[in-house]
Amino acid sequence: MKLKKNVATSEAGFVFNPGTGDSFSVNQTGAEIISLLKENRSPEEVINLISSKFDAEQIQIEKDLDDFVSQLYIYNLLENQD
Amino acid sequence: MTLYLSYIYTTFSKIRIESIQISRNVSNTKEKKKLVIAVTALNATDSPGPGISVIRAIRECVDFDVRIIGLSYEALEPGIYMHDLVDKTYQLPYPSSGTDALYERLLSINDIEHIDVLIPNFDAELYNFIRIESQLEKMGIRTFLPTPEEFEARDKVNLHKFGKKHNFFVPEDKVISQVSELAQGAEKFSFPLVVKGKYYDAFICNTLQEAEKAFYKLQAKWGIPIIVQKFIPGTEINIAVLGDGKGNSISIIPMRKLYITDKGKAWAGITIENNLLIETAEKFVRKTSWRGGCELEIMMTTDGKPYIMEVNPRFPAWIYLTAAAGQNQPASLVKMALGEDVKPMSDYEVGKVFIRYSWDMIVDISEFQQISGKGEL
Repeated sequence: MKLKKNVATSEAGFVFNPGTGDSFSVNQTGAEIISLLKENRSPEEVINLISSKFDAEQIQIEKDLDDFVSQLYIYNLLENQD
Repeated sequence: MTLYLSYIYTTFSKIRIESIQISRNVSNTKEKKKLVIAVTALNATDSPGPGISVIRAIRECVDFDVRIIGLSYEALEPGIYMHDLVDKTYQLPYPSSGTDALYERLLSINDIEHIDVLIPNFDAELYNFIRIESQLEKMGIRTFLPTPEEFEARDKVNLHKFGKKHNFFVPEDKVISQVSELAQGAEKFSFPLVVKGKYYDAFICNTLQEAEKAFYKLQAKWGIPIIVQKFIPGTEINIAVLGDGKGNSISIIPMRKLYITDKGKAWAGITIENNLLIETAEKFVRKTSWRGGCELEIMMTTDGKPYIMEVNPRFPAWIYLTAAAGQNQPASLVKMALGEDVKPMSDYEVGKVFIRYSWDMIVDISEFQQISGKGEL
């Protein structure tokens, strides 16, 4: 679950894949997760850090994170996808 | 808590992106070279010629102090009236008039203007310019054009054979001269398929009736042959390439189309970084020893195959983006035409966006009269 090295992001939630020219926008939570992924945090660390900030069940956060990472995969933003 | 990730095409111009390389050519304090440069394709219309983009890039080069001579075919080419970019315009005879008429006209223009470098930018005129290249040189006009062999090899009609020979991904095609041959093409490729004109224009057709309509339209506009091509779905990417004629790529800039007009032209695009595309372009230049500018039109399939759909033998209309991204291809071509040694460039700014727009110029009728009546403005 590692973000591609050359994927560019901004604090405003803009994500750009320079390999394909695709660009995306994410909300603040998504931007935080992407920033954690860029720091090579493990899924457990991401879940713990996000759950400490949001008033949500851990199981819900895990589910949302799974969905989000699936989308990153579909959009070709994760390492080892080519 | 909800997360979302949505795909966007534009609206990000104000956002600063991290991890982008910036590498621009830095000027020296040396004296600027005074040059007279003639450029064709001033038709900055909804399906624009590259002339205005080429001129803008050349004017931006800090090494030159240029006088730009526009060469036009029609009185309403917008570039004729863009006096901040084009100093003087002369009309040329249509390409169908042949090389003698072109040579005579250039001879008379050169008597007045003393042109140093000439950059033709229309597919339909290029062959004539290639044929009179040595005569132009005798006049003191330098060009930097592909050889007739290079020009022919990448022609739409020969592209499949060329791709096969050099192991490129190219769509299967069938070159036809009669509408009755469409049925065979349809049987071979099934629908949808692409019907293309010899020089310009292409239609994606879903039925035989649509294909026939496209055939007649293209035949009326560009003549025969017509190319029937297998439809390849994917992402449209164009690559601006500059070769030195010895097999070396001086510059390669891939651009992903972000907004495509109904004519298939990029109205907005972004520079991207993709090694497979760069390797494809390098291989093209190596195999052809391409001399000058060209554009590879690529369809990148979902399984990552870069299909070469077309090779345009001149700069594309979006060529200014190469200068904006840090590799000024038109200026480098001018230097090579003048015999200078230009080193290959590798760094460029990724994520640089161009967005085209339209603008109504207001022109006095006297200017229109002058270019229409006297053939110069």
